[in-house]
Amino acid sequence: MKHKTFFWFILPTFLAMFFFITLPIISVVIQSLHTPHENILITVENCDPFGCKKVTSIDHAATKDLKNEKPLGRFVGLDIYLDRGHLAFDQVKDHWNKSKDLFSFFSLISDLPFYKAIFFTLTFTFTVTPIMLVLGLLIALGVNSINKQLKGLIIFFSLLPMIVTPLIGSIILFWMIDSRGIVGNFLQLMFEDPNLSLKASTFLTWITLIVYGVWHAIPFSFIVFYAGLQTLPKDQIESAQIDGANTFQQTIHIIIPHIMPLITFVTLMQLMDNFRVFEPIIGFNAEAHATSLSWIIFNDLGGETRQLSAAATSSILTIFGIIILLIPVLIKTWKEFDFKK
Amino acid sequence: MKLLLTKFFTTIIFLVSSSAFACSISARVSIVGNEFPAIQTVGSGAKECKGAKVTANLTADHQKINVAGMSSQPAEYTSAIVANTSIVALLNNDLIRPLDDLVKKHGKGLKKNQLITIDGKIMAVAFMANAQHLVYRKDILKKLNIDIPKTYEDMLAAAKKIRASGLVKNPVGGAYKAGWNLAQEFNNMFIGYGGSHFKGNSAEPSVNSDAGIKALKMMKSLSEYMNPDFLTHDSNATNAEFRAGNVAIMNMWGSRAATLVDVDGVSMEVKNGMDIAGPMTVGGGKTPASTLFWDGWTVAKKISDEEAEATFIAMTNAIRPSILDNEDVRKQAVWLIEGYKPTDAARGVFAAAKMNTTPYPMLPYAGLMHSAIGKEIADFMQGKETAEKTLSDIEDAYKASAKEKGFL
Repeated sequence: MKHKTFFWFILPTFLAMFFFITLPIISVVIQSLHTPHENILITVENCDPFGCKKVTSIDHAATKDLKNEKPLGRFVGLDIYLDRGHLAFDQVKDHWNKSKDLFSFFSLISDLPFYKAIFFTLTFTFTVTPIMLVLGLLIALGVNSINKQLKGLIIFFSLLPMIVTPLIGSIILFWMIDSRGIVGNFLQLMFEDPNLSLKASTFLTWITLIVYGVWHAIPFSFIVFYAGLQTLPKDQIESAQIDGANTFQQTIHIIIPHIMPLITFVTLMQLMDNFRVFEPIIGFNAEAHATSLSWIIFNDLGGETRQLSAAATSSILTIFGIIILLIPVLIKTWKEFDFKK
Repeated sequence: MKLLLTKFFTTIIFLVSSSAFACSISARVSIVGNEFPAIQTVGSGAKECKGAKVTANLTADHQKINVAGMSSQPAEYTSAIVANTSIVALLNNDLIRPLDDLVKKHGKGLKKNQLITIDGKIMAVAFMANAQHLVYRKDILKKLNIDIPKTYEDMLAAAKKIRASGLVKNPVGGAYKAGWNLAQEFNNMFIGYGGSHFKGNSAEPSVNSDAGIKALKMMKSLSEYMNPDFLTHDSNATNAEFRAGNVAIMNMWGSRAATLVDVDGVSMEVKNGMDIAGPMTVGGGKTPASTLFWDGWTVAKKISDEEAEATFIAMTNAIRPSILDNEDVRKQAVWLIEGYKPTDAARGVFAAAKMNTTPYPMLPYAGLMHSAIGKEIADFMQGKETAEKTLSDIEDAYKASAKEKGFL
């Protein structure tokens, strides 16, 4: 493509990206460096059906001019990034000095909201992504080898978990795994433990969320790999068969190298998706056991308190997290690209 | 044909005569509020007004949308139905207007104690009171010869007996879902033990105290008699457990108790066995371990005066004394409306008021404290950390957010 043609081709995308992605991110960065002005508190008399009493209230008149002059609030630099709700530098330093070994250090900092969320998010990302890759590939290979007439039907059913809205899917499962639900009851019978509850223990809740994550993400990897399998070089497979290679050897030496770019693509997408895990936590009412960065943002924004600066800071930290996660995959893609050149 | 004509004319006559009493407004009214029977009554009462469009968005997520929906110019919502907890966010952001002039002009039917005044200005009109109190199964207590619990210690003893009898496996219910619900239960217990959330009139926290430790330990003991999934049960789920006969004693909202067993599928045993009583005290204290709430409506600041007037008229119409002529409506809440006579379903909340239950604090930073408690307390309930550690975590979490919001 000529440079000029390329320019006109890419311009609409570039403009849309600039206005709808770059500018909002810049505004979020600015927001994360500011907090609301200090409130001037006054004591006033407050009467309600239960009587009158003196209470503290905000004096809006006193800060009105200041608020109009600087609607963004006061500049606090990295204060929010370092406070207890986020990177918690002071607490981490303190815990580091206090703890004797790495294990106790990690258990201490996992009590801080940001690190607690990071631990779950990373566990979720690094279990769901590989399991989903392997299972997706196996299903694709399986579907590829079955009878043509059955294929359409099987593909349709395999895609169902992805068609269901994540929030709805997780709420349905939430009721099924209830100790009085069909799955929960079955597990109690199977393990002969009438007090077994998937929702009451942190470990079992994590397992549930991970199983749900895999269930929901498999169709994506399956369908991408299945599409890739349709382009397999027939002659290579045939010559491998003549050489006496079994199915496993064919898979390892021909099929996987052939669809490697797709594996990289799926990994990239899933790392991003899983790092932003959110809906299952809401659907499974799992806040007590598992939180993620996205959940923290949602929680700060919702409710009566609306901590905009805290949410902005968590958003920026999420972006950094995704960048760090993707670096290895991006480097790999870059190298492959160079190599082919 | 004749019959049709008669029908037509009677309809017209009926419409004319009924509109003579109904209210008429000349500008749009848009309401946002929580969703439970009494508030639905208020919403449909406002919709009776003719002359302009009246819309109501009643949802349990009202607190998440009312600030945003009233911040724009002009505001999307002309009125928010709030409680003494949720009015604070609107006051903090300066989103509601004083109603003194409108009360003078259109508020003849309102009683003085319905008017919520802050610094001498009327900021909201209350229409009902609410509190959490005891809901229990009298048939089960009678069978086991247990007196109605007056304290949380009684409740624990009763729970022990009920479990031992094998009648109900997890006899205690409670809205202990991590977050707002769980924090509210802590607030009740903390106040019951004589605790105070803040140092004097300042925004400095003081939950890390003896009362805090006792409150947490009592909640932990109660949770041992609850369904093991208690950290996922909000008040809806807890009520469902009660209806299914899986719970025998619980602390529940008065606004829910009235209609608790009025649904299809509840067994006669539960229907006839359900009864209510006042809130319980704890640790030998005199103040009940509960908090008093009022629910009322506000009028947005960022709307035209015409819209404000229409909103005031429609909302006043919704809470006019004549709505109490309907038996079902009378039962729905403890109304603060002129002419209300307490029904049987109101005993719990009335007892709460009589026992001098503490009203929920209307402080600008109370919401931040509430959400810090909700976030940190789950670790203790799961036995992951000590009460002292949880309480100091709450204070640290609160301080971080209060600093960000400019209170400390």
